[in-house]
Amino acid sequence: MNRFDYVRAGTVAEAVGAFGDGARFIAGGTNLIDLMKYEVEKPGRLIDITRLPLQGIEEHEGGLRLGALATNAKVAYDARVAERYPLLRNAILAGASAQLRNAATTGGNLLQRTRCYYFYDAGTPCNKREPGSGCPAIGGVNRIHAIFGASDQCIATHPSDMCIALAALEATVRVSGPDGERAIPFAEFHRLPGNAPEKDTTLKPGEIVVSVDLPERGFARNYTYLKLRDRLSYAFALVSVAAGLELDGDTITTARLALGGVAHKPWRNQEAEALLVGQPATRETFAKAADLIVAEAKPQSENGFKVELARRAIVRGLEQAAAGTPQSLSDKRIQ
Amino acid sequence: MLLDTSPPVSADTPIGITLTINGQRRELQVAPWTTLLDLLRERLDLTGTKKGCDHGQCGACTVLVNGTRVNACLTLAVMKDGAEITTVEGLASLGERKGSNALHPIQEAFIEHDAFQCGYCTPGQLCSAVGMMGEGHAHSRDEIREAMSGNICRCGAYTNIVDAIEDVMQHGAAR
Amino acid sequence: MATQISPASGTDRHVGSPRSRVDGPAKVTGLAKYAAEFTAEGLVHGYIVTSTIARGTVTAIDTAAARAVPGVVKVLTHDNRPDMSEDPKSYQDMVGPPGVPYRPLLDANVLFSGQPVAVVLAEDFETARYAASLVKVTYKAETPKTDIDALLGEAYEPPKKRDGIKPPPEPWGDADGAYAKAPIQLRQQYRMANEHHNPMEPHATTVVVEEGGTFTVYDKIQGVANTQQYLTGAFGLKPEQVRVLNPYLGGGFGGGLRPQFQAFLAMLAARDLNRSVRIVLTREQMWSFTYRAEAVQTVSLGADRDGTLQALRHDAVHGTSHYEDYQENIVNWSGTLYACDNVKLTYKLAKIDTATPGDMRAPGAVSGLFALESAMDELAQDLGKDPIELRLINYTDREPIEDKPFGSKALKACFTQGAERFGWAKRTPQPRSMREGRELVGWGVASGIWEALMMPSKVRAVLTGDGKLELGNSTGDIGTGTYTILTQIGADSLGLSMEDVTTKLGDTSLAEAPVAGGSWTAASSGTAAMKACREIAAQVFVLARQMDDSPLANADFERVVFTGGRIALADDPSRSVAITDAMKAGGFDRIEVVGEAGPDSDFAKEFECFTHQAVFVEVKVDEELGQVRVTRVVSAIAAGKILNPKTARSQIIGATVMGIGSALHEESMLDHRLGRFMNRNLGEYHVPAHADIHDLDVIFVDEEDKANPLGVKGVGEIGIVGTAAAIANAVHHATGKRVRDMPITVEKLL
Repeated sequence: MNRFDYVRAGTVAEAVGAFGDGARFIAGGTNLIDLMKYEVEKPGRLIDITRLPLQGIEEHEGGLRLGALATNAKVAYDARVAERYPLLRNAILAGASAQLRNAATTGGNLLQRTRCYYFYDAGTPCNKREPGSGCPAIGGVNRIHAIFGASDQCIATHPSDMCIALAALEATVRVSGPDGERAIPFAEFHRLPGNAPEKDTTLKPGEIVVSVDLPERGFARNYTYLKLRDRLSYAFALVSVAAGLELDGDTITTARLALGGVAHKPWRNQEAEALLVGQPATRETFAKAADLIVAEAKPQSENGFKVELARRAIVRGLEQAAAGTPQSLSDKRIQ
Repeated sequence: MLLDTSPPVSADTPIGITLTINGQRRELQVAPWTTLLDLLRERLDLTGTKKGCDHGQCGACTVLVNGTRVNACLTLAVMKDGAEITTVEGLASLGERKGSNALHPIQEAFIEHDAFQCGYCTPGQLCSAVGMMGEGHAHSRDEIREAMSGNICRCGAYTNIVDAIEDVMQHGAAR
Repeated sequence: MATQISPASGTDRHVGSPRSRVDGPAKVTGLAKYAAEFTAEGLVHGYIVTSTIARGTVTAIDTAAARAVPGVVKVLTHDNRPDMSEDPKSYQDMVGPPGVPYRPLLDANVLFSGQPVAVVLAEDFETARYAASLVKVTYKAETPKTDIDALLGEAYEPPKKRDGIKPPPEPWGDADGAYAKAPIQLRQQYRMANEHHNPMEPHATTVVVEEGGTFTVYDKIQGVANTQQYLTGAFGLKPEQVRVLNPYLGGGFGGGLRPQFQAFLAMLAARDLNRSVRIVLTREQMWSFTYRAEAVQTVSLGADRDGTLQALRHDAVHGTSHYEDYQENIVNWSGTLYACDNVKLTYKLAKIDTATPGDMRAPGAVSGLFALESAMDELAQDLGKDPIELRLINYTDREPIEDKPFGSKALKACFTQGAERFGWAKRTPQPRSMREGRELVGWGVASGIWEALMMPSKVRAVLTGDGKLELGNSTGDIGTGTYTILTQIGADSLGLSMEDVTTKLGDTSLAEAPVAGGSWTAASSGTAAMKACREIAAQVFVLARQMDDSPLANADFERVVFTGGRIALADDPSRSVAITDAMKAGGFDRIEVVGEAGPDSDFAKEFECFTHQAVFVEVKVDEELGQVRVTRVVSAIAAGKILNPKTARSQIIGATVMGIGSALHEESMLDHRLGRFMNRNLGEYHVPAHADIHDLDVIFVDEEDKANPLGVKGVGEIGIVGTAAAIANAVHHATGKRVRDMPITVEKLL
C-alpha cells in the first residue's frame, strides 16, 4: 500500500474541495483498500467521507432516497426497502458477506471495480489499470468475463449485485461536484469499456455520489434476484438476473430486466423488455425475450457457457418474478 | 482528535486517535494506512484477530466495531476514531457470566461442539457469530449458514460451527 | 511389560471416548499463538518481492527507491545477498523429493512465477510492504511451459524414486490382452484441476536472534524437526544453535510439510542483519509454492458380464517442476483395492514451469481414486449393476500387489452400515430417475483407501511429585487433535484426570518426532506416549510396592490398575496407594521416560495396512441451470481404533468438505502464456463456504487391528479420498452427465 495524505471531511463541499489529482474518496473502503494492497489503486490522498451527513434513508417524491453512506446492510434491512423494494434488498443480500455489507456503502457499491484477474495482478498488463498496456484476458483466463458490450481493449465485468437491481429499478444517482449537483439516470452511470476501459463510470473528477434515488415503482409483488455463481454464497456472479414485472392478470404490463456478471455495466436490453409488455407471462414469452438478449452475445475463449446460462437464467428469473416466488437467499434450491 | 474540518495530514505525520478496545480506552498515534487488523496484531499484541487473506475474502479478521461485525483488514484504523472495538480477546466480557475465567457462551459452545480444528479462523467465526446473533436476521440453519458464509474454514468445521451457534441461539447462557 | 493401554475402570477411561480438545480454551480466546505472532525486541519485518515471469532470468533489480524509504533496513536480492551454500544437498529437508531444491536468491534464474526475487527488510510491516512495491525488476523472459497436455509426449518415468512413495508394481497377467478380450470394456481419461492448499494461516517464519549465535525460530511447519534440519543444513549450523517451535499451526493439509522459502529468507536476513526477522507470506504468495498438481489419467477396465474384472490399467501423467521430481502414489491404489488377474499400472512425470508440487491431503489417492472410482461407477452403469454390488464382486481380502492379507479391512462393513444409514436401498438405478421439483436428485457412492502408516517417533513423559504428567514431542498438532489424544492416553495410562496431564508439541527441544502427515501421528506418537507412560507406571508401581506397609507389597504389576490418581489392586480396589505418596516415599520429584515407537516390522512382514472408506453422497442439481448442491454425505470409515470419536469425526467431516471443494469448486487457473496462476485469492479460488455444506454424517465401523498396541490406523486423509468420486457419481446419477474432469463447474452440466 502506497503512502498517502489523509483528510477527514465534514461536509460534501469540504470533500469536493479537498479533491485533486490522485485523490480518492473513501467510505466503507472494502474495495479501495483491497485494491491499494495490490498496488492497483495508489491514491496520493484519501478523503474520508464517512462523517458526511449522507447516512439516511428518506422518503423522496414517492420513492426513497438512499444516502450515499447508508451501508449495504442498513439499506437491505430497512423496513421500507424490504416492503417496497424487495428486489433491491435481495440483490444486496446476495452479494459479498455480512461483514462486508456492514461496511460497504451505497455510493461505494456503485464504484466497485471489476474482479478481472489481470486487472488485479500488477504483474500483468491491463488496459483498465494501465491504459495502453494491453488486455491479456482476451485469449487468457476469461471464464468470468463479459459476453456483452466488451471491446478489444477490455472484457471485464462489473461486479456489483446491488447495481443490477438499481438498473432494473431505474434509480437515479445524485452526485455533487466542483460544478454543483446533477442527477444521472442509472443506465448512464456505468459505461462500456470502449477505448477508455480505465473509466468505469461517467462521474467527472471530484464528483461524489450523494444519494441514490429510487422511483416509486418498486415491483414489490413480482420480482426476483437470481444469482448463479461458483459456490452457493460469498462469490461473484457468473450470471445474475434482476427482474421486475407488473401484471394485469396474466398479461405483462411493465417489465424490467437487468443482468449481472455479463458486461462492463449492468446489462439491460430495452427491446427485450418492450417485447415482454402486452404478452402473457409464460415460459414461451420469456424464452423469446431471452433469445433476443443473448442473440447479441459475443463470448470469449472460455466463457461461451455464459450465453446459454444467461438465456436459461433469464427465463427462470422471469418465471420466478411472474409467479411471485423470488429466489430465496438462504434456501439455495433455485425456486 | 481531528476536527471535522481537518486540514490534510501529510503522509509522514501520525494521527492521534482514540479507540476503546475490549473496554479499554486507548490513545494511539497511527499512520493513515494502518489497518485496524495490523494495529491490533502488530502494535497492540492482540494477535487473536487473524490475518488470513488481508482482502476481505476469508473473515478470519472479523471484529466487532461498535457492536457490528466487520473485516478488520479492510478497515483503516484512523477512520474508526472514537469507536468501540471488540476482539476475540474481549468476547468473554460480553458474555452473561462475566469473570476472569468465564467464557462467552459461544466460546464454550465452540469447544463443546468441536467447532474448530486448527483454530485459525476461529476468532473470526466467534466474532462473526456474536455479530450475527446481534443482527437478529438468522434463525434457521439455512439462514445461519448464509449469514456465516463470510467466514471461511479450510479445516471444514462448518457443520459443528452451525451446531454451536444454534445451541447458543436456542439455549443461550443456560446451555 | 503389559501393553494394554489402561486396565483402569471404565469411569476414567478417556481413550475411545469423545473428549473436547484440550487446546480449545486457547483457541477460542485468541491466546493460541501462531508462527507470525511471536515477536522479539527490534524485530525486522520482511516482505517478499516475487517474479512476474515463470521462466527466464532477472536482468536488473533497481532497489534505490525502496532503500530510500525511511524505515527500510535493507533490500536483499541475488546480487547483494550474503554468501550461501550452493550445494543442493545442504537444502534437503526430511520429505523433499529427488532433485535440486529451490534455493532462494541463489542467482538470477527464474524457475517459476511468483519466485522470490528480493526481500525488503524494514522496521515495520507497512514500510516493508510499501517499499517492496517500489522495487523495479527487469527480466529476460523465456516462453514458459505449464500446459501438461502439451507435454504428455515428453512424460518420463522418474529415474530416482521419492522416499516413501512406492513406484508402480511390476505388471501381473496381461492387462492389454485381457482388456482386448473382455466382453465389457471401459477406457476413459480423467483429470482434476491444480489445487492449492490454502490453509487459513499464511506461511510465516519469525527468527529470533538469541545470545551466542543461536536462534529461536517460529515456523509454520507440520513438524519442527524438518525446519531444524533444513535451516541447519542450509546455513551450516548445529542443531543446538537452532531451536524451532510451532505450538499451533493454522492449517497444513500437507502444505506445511516442507520448510518454505520464507523460512530460509528470514534466517538469511536475520544472520545478515544480526536482528530478529519475521516474514509472512501474503495470500497471493500462497500460490507460489506447493500444490496438488494436475494429473492426466487413463483408466481401462475390462470385465465379464457378471462384473468380474478381467483387466485393469491405470496410467497417470503427473506434473512436477523443472528442478525436482515430485512423486505421488496415484495408480497403485487401483492394484490394491480390487482383485484382478491382469493389472498394469504406470506413472510418469511431465515437467512444467511452476514451483514443485507437494503433498496435499491424501496425495495421490484423491486424484487416483477419483479416476478409479468414477470408472467403476461407469462400469456398473454399463453392466446394469448396483455400484456397491460391483465393488463387492471384485472385493479382495488379500492385498494383491504384495500378495499378503490385510491386517484388517472392514470395507464391507463400511458399505453395509453406510448404505443403511444413507438409505441406499431406496435408490432407483436409472440416471435422471429421481427428482424433487426442478431439481434432479442423484445418489452416488465410492470407496476410499489410504495407507495406515507408522513412523519412528519418540515421546517424553515426565511425572512430577504433585501427580502431574507432561507429555511432549516435536510433531505438530495441525488441527487433528494430537494434543488431545496424547493427553487422553497419558491420563488413562496413569489413571489421572485429563486436567492433570499436559501435552506439549511443536518444539525441537522435546523428543524427536517426524512431521505430522500421512495420518501416521496418532499411531506413531500415540504408541510412543503409551509406552513412555507404561514405563513410568511400572516405575511408580515399584516405588509403591516398596513403601513401608504397602497395601501393594506382594502385588504383581499385571494385577494392578491405575485409577483416580492411585494404584490399586485390580481384585481389591480398597488396597491402593496414591501415586503422589509413592513418589514421595521413594524420594522422587520426577520420573522421566522417553518412549519410542515405530513400525512393527514383524507385523509388516505378514500384513498390509490400510484404512478404508465407503462414502455416500446425495446431490441435487437444478435441471435447467446446472447448480449442484451436496445435500447429504454419509462417510463410513474403517480406521481401526478411534481414540477420540469427537475429534476423529471432525477429521472426517473436514476432509469431506475439502472433497466437496475438489469436486465442485477448486481450480487454480493457469494462463499458459504467462505460466501464472491467475485466480490467486480466496475470492476467486473457491473453497466451500458455510452455505455449501449441509448434512455430513460419519460412521466409524468397528475394526480390530494389531499393527500397533493402540490398534489405531489414522483418520487425517481417509475422509477425503473417495468423496470427489462419489460426488461425480451422484451428479451422473442425477443428470446422466459424466464429468471426468474436476471441478464439476456449471459449464460442464449445461
